[in-house]
Amino acid sequence: MSDSQDEVRAYTVRLELVDEPGELLRALHPIADNGGNLLSIFHERGNVTPRGHIPVEVDLEATPERFEGIVAALQDENFNIIQAGAERYSEALTIVLSGHLVESDLSDTLSQIHEGTDATVTDLSLSAPEGTEDVSSARLRLATEEGKADDALAAVREVAAAKDLTVVEPLTAGGEA
Amino acid sequence: MKLALLGAGAVGQSVAELAADYGHRVTALADSSSAVVDADGIDVAAALADKDESGAVGTDAPEAALATEYDVLVEATPTTLDDAQPGFGHVEHALERDRHVVLANKGPVAERYADVRALERESAGEVLFEATVGGAMPVLSTIDDFDPEHISAARGVLNGTANFILSRMAAEGLGYEHVLAEAQDLGVAEADPTFDVEGTDAALKCVIVANVLAQGEREYTLADAEVEGISSIPGSALELAQEDGRTVRLIGEVADGEVRVGPRLVPENAALSVSGTRNIVQLETEHAGRLNISGRGAGGPETASAVLADVGRLPEQ
Repeated sequence: MSDSQDEVRAYTVRLELVDEPGELLRALHPIADNGGNLLSIFHERGNVTPRGHIPVEVDLEATPERFEGIVAALQDENFNIIQAGAERYSEALTIVLSGHLVESDLSDTLSQIHEGTDATVTDLSLSAPEGTEDVSSARLRLATEEGKADDALAAVREVAAAKDLTVVEPLTAGGEA
Repeated sequence: MKLALLGAGAVGQSVAELAADYGHRVTALADSSSAVVDADGIDVAAALADKDESGAVGTDAPEAALATEYDVLVEATPTTLDDAQPGFGHVEHALERDRHVVLANKGPVAERYADVRALERESAGEVLFEATVGGAMPVLSTIDDFDPEHISAARGVLNGTANFILSRMAAEGLGYEHVLAEAQDLGVAEADPTFDVEGTDAALKCVIVANVLAQGEREYTLADAEVEGISSIPGSALELAQEDGRTVRLIGEVADGEVRVGPRLVPENAALSVSGTRNIVQLETEHAGRLNISGRGAGGPETASAVLADVGRLPEQ
């Protein structure tokens, strides 16, 4: 990953908005006005925080310099920023798990991976050509914090070993070719 | 040079056949039960015909090959683990006589690297072992040319049998057992494929590379390698990899003091995803980026050409 200041990177900003009309639009202005490219907005209308705020997750692209400007502008407007930055999920890794996935409780496997690693499963594909009672495979895409990919893999190995599953790992760092 | 050949399997036979072509003379050829010896050069064709007919290359005892006159001992007996005998004993014998040794047998340099180097230091003879890693591919001589000091990591596909099975499974959507049986019919896999499909063979090669890269600062053996094979990879795993533009390869990695062999996800169009029995090694060099070496990693004439390249590197005594 390049450290170049000109490189556009993806960021996630979590905000808590006051439940008033126009708040969402008001929050998006500082992003657009400071050169951020909006990718998606997740507005959890039905999921109010204990303080009565509505959590919003905004994915955007910007250069690191512009992103700083965006965060500063949001703070100037008194928005409640819960989390801002690329550091949260900046490494993606793909693995394939094989074995008796269904019998060994796939959803438990996934939640163990999640708990043991701080990694988030962002994509899952399952292939069980012989039916769910036979050997099947699952492809998982995990998102982890930068530099935490090795920890995530170690945790996946541990969970897999306990459930007698085979892990096909990606190559280790530097081996992306 | 005068060559004494120990081992009359596919590699030993090919070395015997090709030696004259490289300007060398074979003064002894031994298999596990017999030997043929002649200081003026044995009749290679006759010895191999005898081997075909009676199962023995000659009428002398195998030990006679060690006692005869030679400049280079070529050790091509089957790889053995742990004490690496009898291969290690053959190396010891030759070095004590101040003769050179060229290994095709991985055992001595994978399991007893420090012992081999210690014997070499006391001897006027040298030990070379290009043929132990990647058949015809010049992996170790390239590492030597670049200087191990300037190479940070090595990784690659180092077992043709496992690679053949994985690439057939991916291409045909067939299961492991089916493709293994096919590979055995084709002679690509042995009747007992354990060494290849469980990753041991690839791991031995990685351990040898690790020893060369460590330059004596640390000794590696098979016990230091983390090894996983491919026999538990179902077709569905390859299918899911393919959907994502990837494939599965049995990859050996030597980096940061670790030796690991196991099935890995590799982008389908990457240099590492060679198909069939082809092998590849990638070296991470300090000043020249990544270097790929690929080619035939096994086979009689292929491995013999690496053996004879080593012989050519040795100084006349």
